[in-house]
Amino acid sequence: MSTTVSPIALPAAAAAVTPGYWSQVLRRLLRDPVSVLCLVVLAAIVCGAVFAPWLAPGDPTVGSVIKRLKPVGTPGHLLGTDELGRDMLTRLLYGGRVSLLMGTVPVALALLIGGALGMVAGFAGGRVNAVIMRATDVLFAFPSVLLAVAIAGALGAGVGNTLLALTIVLIPPILRVAESATTQVRALDFIEAARATGADDFTILRVHVFSNVIGPVFVYATSLLSVAIIMAAGLSFIGLGAKPPTPEWGLMLNTLRNALYSQPLLAALPGVLIFAVSLCFNLLADGLRSAMEVR
Amino acid sequence: MSAVMQEAAPQGAAAMVEVEGLRKQFRVRGAGFGAPAKVVHAVSGVSFSLQAGQTLGIVGESGCGKSTLARLLMGLIPADDGRVSIAGANLSQDAASLKALRRRMQMVFQDSFASLNPRLTIEDAIMFGPRVHGVPPDEARARCHRLLERVGLDPARFAGRYPHEVSGGQRQRVNIARALALQPQVVLFDESVSALDKSVEIQVLNLLRDLKEEFGLTYLFISHDLNVVQYISDVVMVMYLGKVVEIGPAEVLYERPAHPYTRALLASMPSMDPQRRTLQAPISGDPPSPIDPPSGCRFRTRCPHAAPVCGEREPALVDAQSGGARAACHLLDTASGHPLAGKELS
Repeated sequence: MSTTVSPIALPAAAAAVTPGYWSQVLRRLLRDPVSVLCLVVLAAIVCGAVFAPWLAPGDPTVGSVIKRLKPVGTPGHLLGTDELGRDMLTRLLYGGRVSLLMGTVPVALALLIGGALGMVAGFAGGRVNAVIMRATDVLFAFPSVLLAVAIAGALGAGVGNTLLALTIVLIPPILRVAESATTQVRALDFIEAARATGADDFTILRVHVFSNVIGPVFVYATSLLSVAIIMAAGLSFIGLGAKPPTPEWGLMLNTLRNALYSQPLLAALPGVLIFAVSLCFNLLADGLRSAMEVR
Repeated sequence: MSAVMQEAAPQGAAAMVEVEGLRKQFRVRGAGFGAPAKVVHAVSGVSFSLQAGQTLGIVGESGCGKSTLARLLMGLIPADDGRVSIAGANLSQDAASLKALRRRMQMVFQDSFASLNPRLTIEDAIMFGPRVHGVPPDEARARCHRLLERVGLDPARFAGRYPHEVSGGQRQRVNIARALALQPQVVLFDESVSALDKSVEIQVLNLLRDLKEEFGLTYLFISHDLNVVQYISDVVMVMYLGKVVEIGPAEVLYERPAHPYTRALLASMPSMDPQRRTLQAPISGDPPSPIDPPSGCRFRTRCPHAAPVCGEREPALVDAQSGGARAACHLLDTASGHPLAGKELS
């Protein structure tokens, strides 16, 4: 039990509850074969990216002019080489670092910012709600990909700017889900009962609203991971994301597109990984949703 | 039970709950585009006072302002006008004093499920209030376990459960324990037993009686069930369209109801005794809309004794000739100009 600075701090309540429910969810999730398969595939890809320096057979940026566009299965280059003679396996492993980062970090940031703003908007209601939600609607008016392209284009290429652009694009949908979930919870009697104890808004929001809103918002954010991965790859593909020597799946897909006729399998490899990761995130989100549904 | 009414208590003796001229209106949007806003007169000038240790039963049809009154008393919604004081302290909208006052008065809701956070264990739900008021965790937990035991739930079995893992009756016991966790002096029950099975209901009612004795509580008991109110109340207040039509000691009010509305309500109460047939016709129809309440006496549109004066002037609460109750009806006031005033009605 942590010592409380103010009487409103309730770490005990929050800590005692969350594991109970979430461990139940985890147990149910692990009983679903599809979710387990997705978890295994994702874990393999993430491990490959994290341990790339030790796993990769070569250097991702050093190529050889005489060994360009070798097919898959070439001795010494298990997955062939790219248009500059760089080892594909190495580049795919390293590419996962940037691609996964650009897919997950914006979702995490948007979950933090959008979730908090949505809860405040839903809980406060009235004018605060109107200001936050109408501002969100402005962002919503643009198609998300177009908005990401516009922001990334205005800020210039680079991984950091892509992260920022994707975060801005992902905030509105998460904010909306958080707002509507909060609005539903706010009307329930237990919020009024909490008010009747004399708890202030922040405590009610933290203890009573958060515990009920985080579920649906988290599931929704998981489903956005696949969208973010694809958008990040897309931005890199059109030259607004990672810059050339950096190994990144979307960028690799672009530079290899000239080889599509000569080495179709090779050219498709980064795309296969983007597809696999995004599919796994999507199926995992579905599995999580059904695991959380049971009361 | 002595019929302790506000006039029976010596002037200056502090009442536990004192309400004066409480008023609340809600604005609702009119139907159709550009229609003017309408005003719902939910609670229109309610006054009463309640001595410590007594139970006030508040009855009335749905929509008569019972729940709005409950929320006003708890300070959950601000009143337009009027004064509420609990144990001599005024209920204001000033946050600090409101928080202090919360400890004195707690509420048990009708819906036992919706009034518990589905993501908190029973223990955490009960501990929340004390923790908000700065009670150390260990002490709050000990208090929670004592209360669970007191309301008839084994802490070892129930403390770690979630609300959906216990039955409706058990959940309402949890809600009672939660309300008591702040050690209040007054507890307000808003239809708290209405949703329970009859067998569970009587168990909970008996529990409430015991708890009242043990902790020296004062109860405000809102219900539409006249039998339940008769069983638990010392004083009964009958509301109609946001107004008090009759208030008095339970035994007097149930034996000799003075107001035509109270009579009609009691007539609609099914008797357990087949020999005791209902002689008076039960009230028919629905109450008028509180958006546009009738002028004068609000009950006149359904009253069998309505006279022109009832639409012209609003009756004030006066002592009924029949006994200790006070009722708002022109029939009871010989000076009101009602043709039947002062006459004994069948």
